[in-house]
Amino acid sequence: MARTHNPKTHLAPHIERKSRTQKAQKRGAHKGPKKAAAAAKDEIAPHKEVTVGGANNGQTRLVPTQKAPRYYPAEDVKRPKKHRKTNHPTRLRGSLTPGQIVILLAGRFKGKRVVFLKQLPSGLLLVTGPYKVNGVPLKRVNQAYVIATSTKVDIDGIELDESINDSYFSKPKSTSPKSKEEEYFSGGKPTTKEAHPAEKAKLQKDVDAKVIDAIKKVDNLGKYLKASWGLSKGQFPHTLSF
Amino acid sequence: MPDPSTFRKFVEVGRVVLLKKGPHAGKTATIVEIIDHNRALIDGPTTGVPRQSFPYRHLVLTTFVVKDLPRAAGTPVVKKYIEKSEVDAKWAATSWAKRREIVERRKKLSDFERFKVMLGKRQRRDKVRKTVCSLRKN
Repeated sequence: MARTHNPKTHLAPHIERKSRTQKAQKRGAHKGPKKAAAAAKDEIAPHKEVTVGGANNGQTRLVPTQKAPRYYPAEDVKRPKKHRKTNHPTRLRGSLTPGQIVILLAGRFKGKRVVFLKQLPSGLLLVTGPYKVNGVPLKRVNQAYVIATSTKVDIDGIELDESINDSYFSKPKSTSPKSKEEEYFSGGKPTTKEAHPAEKAKLQKDVDAKVIDAIKKVDNLGKYLKASWGLSKGQFPHTLSF
Repeated sequence: MPDPSTFRKFVEVGRVVLLKKGPHAGKTATIVEIIDHNRALIDGPTTGVPRQSFPYRHLVLTTFVVKDLPRAAGTPVVKKYIEKSEVDAKWAATSWAKRREIVERRKKLSDFERFKVMLGKRQRRDKVRKTVCSLRKN
């Protein structure tokens, strides 16, 4: 039989993907030959002898210890592919440190200057306006949609509440499971808007109070955060320094 | 005798030049030797420009000349002559150099600093308008 070509190991017939050294490295040849084989398991004899009655049966017979399965699946069972990749935590951009003022570039609040508080386990940045200053609430943003400025607010002493995590930002289950159809037939009245939860409002206030204290220590910083950022004629973001 | 030239700035040995391009752009140097009609040998021992040939199209002539600089003088001699003629101080005192410095500083401002400049400008504008108004009334 002709040798079949295995594309996993060979680039083309007789041309291997890995060099001799690479193969040796993969095998772990530098660790030396394998020392001892794993302790052998107690082997179960594949057959056992059973005495059989009947003159013509030869008295004994070899019977398999484990019966062959009586049922055989007609179709192959699909096995999920093995994943050897792991999710690494998102690396924070070098220019970002907690307390830094960042400019949001996308979404509802684009152009706003906000205070970066910390990176959440999901890799997103936790930022706050503060809400009282420029109307931006506690918010998660992707660091790709942010310009880091060199201005920093001193928020070293600030302890953020444990409850401000990724699940804090998940959407609450809507309490009115009305379908569109139902809404239409009930006179087309839109469902009443739910009020902002009081505890969230309180958390926002607590966080902001500390940030605002820090902002007040620097002249014009409050005004700076309140103003939004934009490019004027002849300005290009890659030529500006932030 | 020919008429004196109407030009004021010449490519000549000792001419102080401002570099427009290259790693030393923005610094001044002195022409030490004219190589050909494209390049000159320049040296700037007091401004950190190493001795090198430099095309004329990448430099600007200033009004200053290092007086009596010998042709093709070595770096120590050039340094001596530059210090003697005090061209660096004279250059720094020009409005050209000052303007350049301002532009350079403005370019390096951070976003917050740019904002503060804007606030300052606004204040100035306000003051000017108010005084103009009050003067007009009287």
